[in-house]
Amino acid sequence: MSAQQMGLGARGDEFYEALMAAHDGLSEAESHALNARLVLLLANRIGDVDALKDLLVVARSCG
Amino acid sequence: MPAYSYDPQPFVRPPELDGGRTGAPVAIVGAGPVGLAMAIDLALQGVRSVVLDDNNVVSVGSRAICWAKRTLEIFDRLGVGERMLAKGVTWKVGRLFHGETEVYSFDLLPEDGHKYPAFINLQQYYVEQYLLDRAKEFPDLIDLRFLSKVTGHHAREDGVTLTVETPEGAYDLRADWLLACDGANSATRRRMGLAFAGQTFEEQFLIADIEMAESPFAQGQPERWFWFDPSFHPGKSALLHMQPDDIYRIDLQLDPGADAKAEATEEKVIPRIRAIVGDRPFRLDWLSVYRFRCIRLDRFVQGRVIFVGDSAHVVSPFGARGGNGGIQDADNLGWKLAAVVKGAAGPALIASYDEERGHGAAENILNSARSTNFMTPKTPVEALFRHETLRLAHDHPFARRLINSGRLSLPCSLAGLSLQTPGEGRVGEPMVDAPVGEGWLLPLLHGAFTLVGFGDIALPDLGLRRVGIGQSARDYPTYDDRTGHALQRYGTGLAYLVRPDGHAAAVFRGRVDPQALDAALSRAMGRDCERAMA
Ligand SMILES: Cc1cc2nc3c(=O)[nH]c(=O)nc-3n(C[C@H](O)[C@H](O)[C@H](O)COP(=O)(O)OP(=O)(O)OC[C@H]3O[C@@H](n4cnc5c(N)ncnc54)[C@H](O)[C@@H]3O)c2cc1C
Repeated sequence: MSAQQMGLGARGDEFYEALMAAHDGLSEAESHALNARLVLLLANRIGDVDALKDLLVVARSCG
Repeated sequence: MPAYSYDPQPFVRPPELDGGRTGAPVAIVGAGPVGLAMAIDLALQGVRSVVLDDNNVVSVGSRAICWAKRTLEIFDRLGVGERMLAKGVTWKVGRLFHGETEVYSFDLLPEDGHKYPAFINLQQYYVEQYLLDRAKEFPDLIDLRFLSKVTGHHAREDGVTLTVETPEGAYDLRADWLLACDGANSATRRRMGLAFAGQTFEEQFLIADIEMAESPFAQGQPERWFWFDPSFHPGKSALLHMQPDDIYRIDLQLDPGADAKAEATEEKVIPRIRAIVGDRPFRLDWLSVYRFRCIRLDRFVQGRVIFVGDSAHVVSPFGARGGNGGIQDADNLGWKLAAVVKGAAGPALIASYDEERGHGAAENILNSARSTNFMTPKTPVEALFRHETLRLAHDHPFARRLINSGRLSLPCSLAGLSLQTPGEGRVGEPMVDAPVGEGWLLPLLHGAFTLVGFGDIALPDLGLRRVGIGQSARDYPTYDDRTGHALQRYGTGLAYLVRPDGHAAAVFRGRVDPQALDAALSRAMGRDCERAMA
C-alpha cells in the first residue's frame, strides 16, 4: 500500500478515534514510546522492506 | 441588531381559562423547528394537536444554518421545501486551508436528477417562520398557543395532564400524548429526572453573523471555507459560510479558558473578522459564544411522554446534525403516532421510534464527537497527530480523508431494525429521488405506505397505493423514467414497500408475492413486535 492509496477506505475516522484512544491518559514520554512500538508493529505487519523504505522517505521528506 | 424582523405572535386566550374544553390527542411542548414539523406532519394525517411555546417569536440568535437534502425532502412532504429552497443559499464547494495554504477542496456537486441539492444554508428563523406559516394553514387541526409555558406535567397510563402558565393565568390541559419538543434544556426531561449523558467539550466557539454586501468568495459563488491554524487565528480553527440576505456565518474556536464575555465584544471580534474578510464593509448581526456537547437520553419514549429533537439528543454543530436529526425524528414519529392515535397500530410502533431514532442519534453523536475531537486536540500528542495529518494532507490524498472538519449530515439506514424485512438493495434506506413523469419520484411516495415497482414487475392490488415507474399502462398509475435516472438507480424488476416516511421497508425481485407483501406490511406496522410482546 503506497502513500497514494486510500487504504483506510471509509473507516478513517474510526481508526483515528481508536489511535487517539490508545494514547489516552499517557504522558508524552509514554506516548512517544507507544508510537515507536506501533511503528515497529506496523512494519512487521507490512513486511515489505522496500515499501517500508519508500514510506520512510515520504515521512522524512514531508515538511 | 439582527436584520431579520421578528413578528411577535399574539397570545390568544384559551378556552380552558374560562372553564372550557380541555383535551387533545397530542400536546406538543415547544414550537421550535421540531415541534412545528411534528404538528404539521400529524395534521397531514388528520391528527389534532395543541402546540405550546413559552415564547412568541421564531428562533433568536445564531443557530442552525445548514439543512441537508434528506431534511429538505421531508420539508417538501410537509409543504415547505420549495419555499426553503427558493430562499436558501445552495452551496457545493468546500475548501480546507491549513495556515494560508489550501490543502484541498471538495465538490458536493449534486448528481443530476434530484429535486433537492445536497445542502442549503438558511437561517433557523426563516425555517421556523415558514413552518409556522404552514402550520397556520391547519386552523382546525393545529392549535398554536404562544406565551404558554408548560410548568408541570403529570403522566398516567393513558395520558398526561399538563400545567400551562400564561399572561392571563394558569390552566390544566389533558392530552393522550405529550411530545417534548422543548429543546436542549428540556424542562420536561428535568422534571422527570432523566439522565442526559455524554461528552462536554471544554473549548468555546465564538459565532458571529455579519452582513456584508461584497462576497469574499471568487466569482461570488457561495462556498464553505474552513481553516486549521490560520495566521489570523493561530493554533485554532475558523469557518466561513454564506447565508441568505448577504449574511455570513463565522465560527472561531477559542481557548478552553477564554472569558466568553470579553471575547464576545466588538473590540475583540472586529479585528478577527477583518483578518478574514479584509477591507470589505460589514455589519455585525449577532454575536455569541457557545460550548458544545454530544449528549443524549437513553430512551426517547417514556410511557405517554415522547422526546423529539434536541430534548432527546444534542450534538456539536460540526456536521449540521442537530436540527437535521430532529426533523428526521419528527418524520419517523409522525406516521407512527398518527396510526396509534387512530387505533390502526399499537404501542410497538411507538417503541420502534425509540429503536430507529436511537440508532440515528447514536450515529449523529459518533460523527459529531469525532469531528469535535479532531478540532479540539486535548493533549500534546493529539495536537501532534493533528498537525502531522494536516502536513501530510498537502501532498497525500489519504491524509485529506482523515481531516475532520465535520462529516455532513446524511440520512441513516434503518436496515436490520425491527420494522424492516431483510432483503437486498436499499431496504432500510430512504428512497432516492429521480425525475419521473412530469415531476419527481419522492412526492409520489409521500405520507402513506406505497408499493412502487421499477421496470419489469407487476404490482398486486392489496389495497395499498401502487406506483409504477418505467412500466407500460397497468391498472394503477405509471410514470415514465424521464431521464433514465430511476432505473439506473433502482434497476429493473424490483418493487419496494415504502413507509410513509419514505424509508424502504421491504424489497421484492421479479414478482411480488401477495402473502409476502402482506407479511412485510404487517411487520412495518409493528404487528410482529406486538405479537411478540403479547
Ligand atoms: C451555533 C449553532 C449552530 C447550529 N447549526 C446547525 C446547523 O447548521 N444545522 C442543524 O441542523 N442544526 C444546527 N444547530 C442545532 C439546531 O439549532 C437545533 O438542533 C434545533 O434548534 C433543535 O430544534 P428543537 O425544535 O428540538 O429545539 P429548539 O429549537 O430549542 O426549540 C425548543 C422550543 O421549546 C420552547 N420551550 C422550551 N421550554 C418550554 C416550556 N417549558 N414550555 C413551552 N415551551 C418551551 C422554546 O421556547 C423553543 O421555542 C445549531 C445549533 C447551534 C447552537
